[in-house]
Amino acid sequence: MAVIVILPRSLVSLIPGTSRSTEVEATTVAEAIDRLDERTPGLRNRIVDSGPVIRTHINVFVDGELARLDTALGPSSTIHVIPAVSGG
Amino acid sequence: MSRTLILVGTSKGAFILDGGGDRTGWAISGPLCEGWPIHDLQWDPATNSIYAGGGSPWFGPAVFRSDDLGRTWTHSSEGMTYGDDGEKIPSVWNVTPAHGSIYAGVQPAGLFRSDDGGKTWSHVSGLRDHPSRQDPGWSPGAGGLICHTIVPHPTDADRMWVAISAVGTFATEDGGATWEARNRGVLDCNSPNPYPETGQCVHKLVMAAGEPETLYQQNHCGVFRSSDAGRTWSQVDKGLPSEFGFVAAPHPRESSAFWVIPLTHPEEGRLAPDGALAVWRTRDRGDTWERQSKGLPQEDAYVGVYREALSTDRGDPAGIYFGTSTGQLYGSTDEGSSWSRIADNLPPIWGVQAIEVD
Repeated sequence: MAVIVILPRSLVSLIPGTSRSTEVEATTVAEAIDRLDERTPGLRNRIVDSGPVIRTHINVFVDGELARLDTALGPSSTIHVIPAVSGG
Repeated sequence: MSRTLILVGTSKGAFILDGGGDRTGWAISGPLCEGWPIHDLQWDPATNSIYAGGGSPWFGPAVFRSDDLGRTWTHSSEGMTYGDDGEKIPSVWNVTPAHGSIYAGVQPAGLFRSDDGGKTWSHVSGLRDHPSRQDPGWSPGAGGLICHTIVPHPTDADRMWVAISAVGTFATEDGGATWEARNRGVLDCNSPNPYPETGQCVHKLVMAAGEPETLYQQNHCGVFRSSDAGRTWSQVDKGLPSEFGFVAAPHPRESSAFWVIPLTHPEEGRLAPDGALAVWRTRDRGDTWERQSKGLPQEDAYVGVYREALSTDRGDPAGIYFGTSTGQLYGSTDEGSSWSRIADNLPPIWGVQAIEVD
């Protein structure tokens, strides 16, 4: 299913080829990040830590709700990747 | 004609200062590396590349690479992991090119190697397999459990030394497969056993010019030298105002000469003693020391100098440069006899590296 992933400006400037808003086919948050990483290698490493888990100071929201890597996506979900205020 | 660049790592990105062919002017570019905290920058003359190691509080560790003297950068931490069940790695503290590979020292302490110019990384697991990590254990110092120094042998790719805060110096002679603790004679002033096998808080380890068996280190508890590749050490800080300091830098040609910047003890702030900033030079392997402060602030200079923030160039006379915890960068082009302020308002400086480029 097609979902929209919204990346923070700091990631878009860090990784050439990324866009603030991208449509991908995915059923979970992890799949959506993997699809983005296939287009722009290295993106996953910036969002996902060993575990695998979402990095401590990054929050991912699906349709406005705090999500994890295994959170299921709806048919037209929107994923927001947002650096946390706690990051420093 | 070559020109001298100073690569500066700070808490808010990297900076490059260009001193041209005569080491003056010092045009500043930056902040580079997207403003990430950068601990260390190094030059790889084999590929004319600059490497920068650091870590973002949000996006994790990375080694940045530039092939055009800092105008554009790529970055990667692919493979820089202790596994899905292992400890997480927040930052790179040292990046060192050697013998066609790139090495990265990270927090929590460990060593990674890249054989493809920094695109992918593999764990040099032999270091963390050293039995001292389990018994008595590796405990972090105030700056964390960090592998902050990598000293490759200049001609033998199988030989290398690394330094880990509050753990000590280790050496490999088989390309990283196995490691040996090399701390005999190094004081641990924070332990009831003053000379343990490991646990010494080495702050910076350097190799004497042209003498791979001669090492110098600035430690939490003193300055030490070794003439047998780190197997035994002698304390050589008599005459310095403090045993404590972070930095050490070797002379580019004189094997008996190196510099340190003593600071007050941790309980007193890790600052320039008496608010008077000074670099100290030895030309006899630490037997005697000379205070060098002409041009440096001598009143109310309550600043520190972090572990990567002292570097020499290869000029003749040698240039020497250091950065402070409050963002001043000082330089000398006469081997420390006189100093001038090169930059005054950078973020807190963590790393300084002088290089010569064509």
